[in-house]
Amino acid sequence: MWTDIIMVLLTLTNMVALGTSRIRACIRIVAFQGVSLGLLPLLTHPFAPDLLIFAILNTLLKGVVFPVILVRTLRQLNVWKEEDPYVDYGLSLLAGPFVLALSWWISSRLPLPAAISSSMLIPVALFTLFVGFFLIVSRKKALFQVLGYLVLENGIYAFGVAVAFQQPLLIELGILLDVFVGVFVMGIAMFHISRQFDHIDTDRLSSLRS
Amino acid sequence: MILLLILIPFAAGLASLLIRQDLWRRRLLIAAALCHAGLVAACWIRTAQPLWSGWFQIDPTAQFFLTITDILFVAAAFYAAGYLKAEKYAMSKDFEEHQLFVNAPEAVFTACLLLFLSTMTMVITSQHFGMLWVAMEATTLVSAPLIYFHRHHRSLEAAWKYLLICSVGIAISLLGNFFLAISASGSGVGVVSLMRQDLIAHSSQLLDSWVKAAFIFFIVGYGTKMGLAPMHTWLPDAHSESPSLVSALLSGALLNCAFVGILRAFEVTSAAGLQEFARDLMILFGLVSIAFAALFIIGQADYKRMLAYSSVEHMGILALGIGLGGAAVFGSMFHAMNHSLTKAALFMVAGNILAAYKTKTANDVQGMFSAIPKSAVLWTMGILAITGFPPFGVFMSEFTILKAAIDSGRYYISAIFLLLLAVIFIGISAMAFKMAQGRPEKPLEVAPERALSVWPPALLLAGVLVLGLYVPSKLSDVMHTVAVFFGGGR
Repeated sequence: MWTDIIMVLLTLTNMVALGTSRIRACIRIVAFQGVSLGLLPLLTHPFAPDLLIFAILNTLLKGVVFPVILVRTLRQLNVWKEEDPYVDYGLSLLAGPFVLALSWWISSRLPLPAAISSSMLIPVALFTLFVGFFLIVSRKKALFQVLGYLVLENGIYAFGVAVAFQQPLLIELGILLDVFVGVFVMGIAMFHISRQFDHIDTDRLSSLRS
Repeated sequence: MILLLILIPFAAGLASLLIRQDLWRRRLLIAAALCHAGLVAACWIRTAQPLWSGWFQIDPTAQFFLTITDILFVAAAFYAAGYLKAEKYAMSKDFEEHQLFVNAPEAVFTACLLLFLSTMTMVITSQHFGMLWVAMEATTLVSAPLIYFHRHHRSLEAAWKYLLICSVGIAISLLGNFFLAISASGSGVGVVSLMRQDLIAHSSQLLDSWVKAAFIFFIVGYGTKMGLAPMHTWLPDAHSESPSLVSALLSGALLNCAFVGILRAFEVTSAAGLQEFARDLMILFGLVSIAFAALFIIGQADYKRMLAYSSVEHMGILALGIGLGGAAVFGSMFHAMNHSLTKAALFMVAGNILAAYKTKTANDVQGMFSAIPKSAVLWTMGILAITGFPPFGVFMSEFTILKAAIDSGRYYISAIFLLLLAVIFIGISAMAFKMAQGRPEKPLEVAPERALSVWPPALLLAGVLVLGLYVPSKLSDVMHTVAVFFGGGR
């Protein structure tokens, strides 16, 4: 029951992320996604101490640390909105339900072996994954692409939780550390981009060809 | 032992952030590289103990690829000592757009180099697919700052593309990990861990369709990092914009690491009885990569980009060799070594050319024999080697792969392979030999060539030459053992 609620929330946040042009709002949305996903393993798995540690770390990182880093970068860059993405916001929103339907269709055809705690887990995980990809390729601002990467990561994480697969804690922490350092390094890179170019539009990063 | 292999460069990397004197930091870099290489050399004499109940282990594959990585890293460390000294002055002129730029702090650069070695060691030795993934992503993160050493906008653009494209690519292979886990958990044997040995031991119980899906995701994910076309788009930018010694390491060592990732997945897929499927995919990606490289090498104006596309080509050849099976797998292993040594040497020489001529456009470089004679000789030798001229090692390994293709009756593939090699040969030689001959257009003010920028590539090339004439029996034994893991035969 709680899992289903989280899945519905995830779907809604994905739709908002598709439709918003304000970067700060999108950071909040992605952080919210991170927190709800961080709590998910506590609901789907039997309780264990290392699970709790991991859930706390995960929630802290995705819910607090990432938004703080990203909002700080946002302030330094002084870019708050993306005016014209490759794919218009209306069109992005319209694409959302189609992608959602596609995800349901794909997951209905996947021969899943293990029992899954909620039938919504796989389709929503796939949906999140696709939305992440979509954000990366359809937005020009570097910050949006980083957010897209995080949504993609969330989708993969949800998928991992969904198939009730427990990696050893060390690996989970390693993945978390990688994502953390990744966001950190990308934040620094964006800062340099804005200083060098006076913008963070990646479509204008085009001096290197063939 | 393995712990030391990972920790020595890691600790040295952290220490180099604290050291203030440049001289000592460079010495530390060389010392750490030599220590690491010494330990790897020791692995050839006695086998190292597995670490953490087998999570990290020096199996023959790891031993072979670690050796390549270390030869390259030692050469790069010596080269770096000379390079960093020459790059010391605070501001340099951007030779393409004539703006001023500074370099990244040397301490950060050295630290990232050493951490890079540490993470690559983790990738190569790890036997657990999850750990492999973590280490692979870590290599991306520590090498991105290396690409952005020259602080100008082109290198920044390259670093950004590298960071984003590779991170997304590697995220895809995380899904591959999960698919593999599903395939293992589905058959009712309980949860099989993602240890390579466990998966192979239970390979008959893995679910076919999920293993297939996993392999596709691995080849696309790690293939992005390995530079297989059409996921190679970050590669020419990163290789051409980073300092030459970094290009040498990216091309010779990092691409191999990603190759190891694909090989491990290939091994499990084969064990699950899907070898034909996996081989076909490898052949497909291999040929497409070689074709893409041929397309972009013809008419390429920038000699560093040309070298980068040549890396795409050779990664394609490695994949093709694995896909063909039989003796070609041995050829592929041999080729990995030859390509790494040659390409690293070429990138280092390209760095010397860049330092002398201050341009990356091949047409503006003329008369290397009179301006920088030592580099000119090395450049000519290196180009001959990389285009597959006998008696260099690259010729031997390419020939082995081609012969295996013909022997197994795949004439179409052999014909396409040979045709593409010829096209690439023409493309590369048309550009490269012109650079060496003739006279400089305007008199150059060239500093005498430093020993540290000539000897490392010279020794690497000498190695390729020796490998073409004589392969030590111990090395060939290891390569045969590795080849058997990945479906090869004699």
